Amino acid sequence: MIKFIFRHENKITLISFVLIVVGLVLRFSDMTNLGNNSLILATILAMFPIGIKAYQAIRMKLFSIEMLVSIAVIGALFIGEYVEASVVTFLFLFGSYLEARTLERTRSSIKELTEMAPQEANLILEDGSRELIDVDDVDIGNRIAVLPGGMISVDGKVLKGDAEVNEAAISGESVLISKTPGDQVFSGTILDSGYLEIEAEKVGDDTTFSKIIELVEEAQDTKSNAERFLDRFAQYYTPGVLVLSILVWIITRDLHLSITFLVIACPGALVIGAPVSNVAAIGNGAKNGSLIKGGEIIEKLSKVDTLVFDKTGTLTKGRPEVTDFKVYSGDETELLGLIGKLETASEHHLGRAIVEYAEKRTDLNLYKMKDASGVKGRGINGNINDLNIIAGNRNMMLENNIVIPSDVEAYVVEREKNGNTVIFASVNSEIRAVISIADKIRDDAKDALEMMRDKGIKHIVMLTGDNHHTAQAVAQELNIDEVHAELLPEDKVRHVKRLKDEGRIISMAGDGINDAPAIATADVGLAMGKGGTDISMETADVVLMADKLNQYAHAFSLSKAAIRNMKQNIIIALVTVVLLLVGVLMGGVNLAIGMFAHEASVLIVILNAMRLIKFRP
Amino acid sequence: MSKVTMQLETLSCPTCIKKIEGALSKTEGVKSAKLMFNASKAKVEYDSDKVTSEGLKSIIEKLGYEVLKVKEA
Repeated sequence: MIKFIFRHENKITLISFVLIVVGLVLRFSDMTNLGNNSLILATILAMFPIGIKAYQAIRMKLFSIEMLVSIAVIGALFIGEYVEASVVTFLFLFGSYLEARTLERTRSSIKELTEMAPQEANLILEDGSRELIDVDDVDIGNRIAVLPGGMISVDGKVLKGDAEVNEAAISGESVLISKTPGDQVFSGTILDSGYLEIEAEKVGDDTTFSKIIELVEEAQDTKSNAERFLDRFAQYYTPGVLVLSILVWIITRDLHLSITFLVIACPGALVIGAPVSNVAAIGNGAKNGSLIKGGEIIEKLSKVDTLVFDKTGTLTKGRPEVTDFKVYSGDETELLGLIGKLETASEHHLGRAIVEYAEKRTDLNLYKMKDASGVKGRGINGNINDLNIIAGNRNMMLENNIVIPSDVEAYVVEREKNGNTVIFASVNSEIRAVISIADKIRDDAKDALEMMRDKGIKHIVMLTGDNHHTAQAVAQELNIDEVHAELLPEDKVRHVKRLKDEGRIISMAGDGINDAPAIATADVGLAMGKGGTDISMETADVVLMADKLNQYAHAFSLSKAAIRNMKQNIIIALVTVVLLLVGVLMGGVNLAIGMFAHEASVLIVILNAMRLIKFRP
Repeated sequence: MSKVTMQLETLSCPTCIKKIEGALSKTEGVKSAKLMFNASKAKVEYDSDKVTSEGLKSIIEKLGYEVLKVKEA
């Protein structure tokens, strides 16, 4: 029965509207009695869903808006104000309907996310044939085939094939990433072209994509301080209104005035104003690759005035790359081949950077390595194409009695000042090339930092475990105000604490386990979440899904916009209540107008919050 | 202790949350009940000796809200 009424609430609203129109027409045609009957019928009909909700709330010892409306309507019927009683019930139902519809829009970004979840998977059976199964039935270790246009349904490793994959669902960045055997793929991402066979490693609720959805869902229901305050406020406000309206009745003996007071003082827009802004903002963030975990974080983030960054992996790419290959004599391609081939024997990450650089420019298979041996902390030497090649740092050269000419030395010092690590390379004891290697600054770092400065950041700090030279070079390039190098994880925590003691509101961004303590100490902690390791996603307050610093800037401006939006909503709600109160006291605002204004203010507040869905800084 | 997540019909009034949450937590065997308003989901931790997920579902349905999906963890 209750279910039946709730399910047909919209129809009830419509019928009561028709009855009201009929009733009004009849009253104008001097058939007052018949008209009143129609209005009373409309009121009773509309009171069903409202009354049931009020009753259910009372049973849970809760004061609800429905209860205030019910009392007001019964009072109105009692004093014979049939028009007002019916219009109020209708407006209340119609208002709830519109609220539900618009609320749905503010939640749409998450709904889009959940709808992007994979439904089925193409299972490869033992005999090689394929079977389409429900994604819930996939087990760890299953082989799954993915065809062009198809969605990857599990997290796993590529076993076979070669494809371009769009990982927007995970990273918020709609770019194609090439996947070959051994690469990680994620549930919810879409295979653009090619073919892949993958082995399922995480299925169902354990996939990164499911975790993201869960985090976003929880974030939207994590209340901010303002919301908690408003909740508490509403808890006392609603019964308070009831008491006040009784007082009004006792003092004025005017039942009409007191029930009007009851309706207009409903706290609707005030209660819903803050949550809708947050929901819309979190949805916007999730869509743009920055996961903000709740209204409280939005509030804190908007107040941040000092940014603290880890260097490696946060401001820089976290992977050394060859920035310059300077040739002093000989053919560049041949030298690249010789040195590159030699470095394939190296296990050092600088060596790998050189191999990567060389492989892109020449075919290392054309070169023959006879022998090679690494010298720890120095470099590597060996015999390639019957030439004696030595690659390494200054000490490596000195120990092999290789002379470094003064022009080479001058160049090297300059490169080092710019934050590079420099590798000398000699062929038959003569220096032929100098290779500069550096961990490159992220392409979007400069713009993102500048933008956040424009939006109110006063101080930017870099904390790094790296050496002073490199730290200074990065800091200079990015106009960072304060730099501390050669730090241990606990030193980073100490610096964050000190900055907090100076009265700053800190947001700390980092990528590795070593930054975790500092991230936890800061007012707002940001983690680079590429690929989404569980720890980083769970401990941080904000997760940047694609490791892009412009997603950071986006989240920061978004939080400011959301707080502005929330304040607007609270003002709209308060102004409405004050205007109505004045209107009632001056006369001229009756029950129906009061209800209309009340519902209108709720809708305006929701519509205002919806602007955040489309927000772009 | 068992855990269940139920997807409800779209919830649009904040008081519904308190209502459902209240009804669930008062049920014997329920350790905690959390309603997620925006996701319209109910997460319940309960003692499976005292109450079943079917029983929890019917409590919500009795209040007049539809339960679309029940997922036990």
